[in-house]
Amino acid sequence: MLGYGFPEASFRRGLGRRPDVIAVDAGSTDAGPQKLGAGTGTVSRQATKKDLLSILAGGHEQRIPVIIGSAGGAGAKKHVGWSMEVIEEIVRERRLAFEAAVIYADIDRAYLHRKLDESKIEPLGPVPDLTHASIDGAIRIVGQMGCEPIMDALDHGAQLIVAGRAYDPAPFAALPIRDGFDPALAMHLGKILECGALCADPGTAKDAILGYLRDDHFIVEALDDSRRCYPTSVAAHTLYEKSHPYILHGPGIELDLSECVFEPQTENSVRVSGSRTRATDKYTIKLEGASQVAFRTIFIAGVRDPILIENIDEITQGVADQMREDYREVPESDYQVLFHIYGKNAVMGSLEPRGEPGHEIGVVMEVVAPTQELANAICATARSTMLHYPYVGRKSTAGNLAFLYSPSDISCGPVYKFTVYHLVEVDDPCELFRTEYLKLG
Amino acid sequence: MAETARLYDLAKVLRSKNAGPFELTLDVMFDDEETYQTVKRSGVINRDLICRLYRVRPEDVYHVVSFDAARAIKITIKRPVDSGGIGDTDVYGAQQHAPLIDVMIPIEG
Repeated sequence: MLGYGFPEASFRRGLGRRPDVIAVDAGSTDAGPQKLGAGTGTVSRQATKKDLLSILAGGHEQRIPVIIGSAGGAGAKKHVGWSMEVIEEIVRERRLAFEAAVIYADIDRAYLHRKLDESKIEPLGPVPDLTHASIDGAIRIVGQMGCEPIMDALDHGAQLIVAGRAYDPAPFAALPIRDGFDPALAMHLGKILECGALCADPGTAKDAILGYLRDDHFIVEALDDSRRCYPTSVAAHTLYEKSHPYILHGPGIELDLSECVFEPQTENSVRVSGSRTRATDKYTIKLEGASQVAFRTIFIAGVRDPILIENIDEITQGVADQMREDYREVPESDYQVLFHIYGKNAVMGSLEPRGEPGHEIGVVMEVVAPTQELANAICATARSTMLHYPYVGRKSTAGNLAFLYSPSDISCGPVYKFTVYHLVEVDDPCELFRTEYLKLG
Repeated sequence: MAETARLYDLAKVLRSKNAGPFELTLDVMFDDEETYQTVKRSGVINRDLICRLYRVRPEDVYHVVSFDAARAIKITIKRPVDSGGIGDTDVYGAQQHAPLIDVMIPIEG
């Protein structure tokens, strides 16, 4: 993962094996929709630059392509631009030179309106059907590219490919698929490599990893002496963050890994064979779009009094009821007051089967409302209401909450939601993605 | 007499994670074939168990599948709230495995 860091020694060891391509995934939807909505990243510029310094220097010296997927995290134009600034800075400072391709993943709204009218868009999972309003309401919408736009850029002679939102394995699989290797093995290998050494034991995304692709199998090799690849660790990574353990859906491809065999190759590498593809009747691209839905204000406090802890559910309910009374001029549907009771059920919420609290509990109260001003106002009222809220048997009459900070209330800014999470059927895998070619250095 | 063992003690890996923003996936993995087969054959890990432990409806349990090559059992359920959405409590879904810890598996005595 770009920006997580990796030991220079293991990266250099990997380069010593004379690889054909250096690829890195820079993105994820794991942290929710706010990176896409706000146009921000998950990792710092400093950390990204440090990783890119090694990667770009390595690619330049070995004369092999460098491919970055989901640049800047969410892979929209803003994120790609941010990544390109860092890259251009490195190219200048290190006097490097690249034939570069930048592949944008931002999707034109007019295109989506047309596809919607043609009934070529369907929900991916439990999301409502796409509407023209949700297309217009999203701050930005990206499509998750497959290998084809990257293969196209390679055909154009690009040595450095900076791709916007991409299917995580695509930057790894594009070059071998273009060169005629089995797409099933290439994609499966890409799926394993995209998290770095997370497929090794001990696993980490903060280390480099090496793959060797052959005609009928591939090998994954750990590069740092502190970790090894075992058949179980590599197999384990195959099903990591996936809905199904051995059926994996990607753009224009469906992988069936049910017949895979994971065998030890050497003491730190694993041989994998048996990856298959299933035919897909149409080529679909995943769309991701985020909308701003509210503003948030929170406070963090602790509770230690045993009678207070016993009564915490009634108190939080009482505070929420009091807010409806105090803010009766605001429609109830406009805002929410939420309590996260750490030490009771804050981690699992409705999924928590146990309910008995610990000897102390943490309270995070959250107000979401249409404006920051209103969220701040309700949070302030709710905070003071809870601080002095009376309950049966109360002995600690001076105050109910141990605030962590002063000021206690924290304005968190906008809250986002994935309002577009759909599949669009395309005629050409590249039709959504615009590539710019430029000479760097 | 058949004895029982805690799933947490039998498993090498017991974890949860988002599978996209709308699904939560639970992986139970074993480092030896015998333990894996014992747990798999016991049939204890099934849709009913997940509904009971997580208090979700059967239609919100998308998969309960074993994967022999990885000695793994995977369970995928609908997230109660989408990742990072209002009311979500675990953005990465990384700490939702706890109800599986104390599941008891019959083992050969």
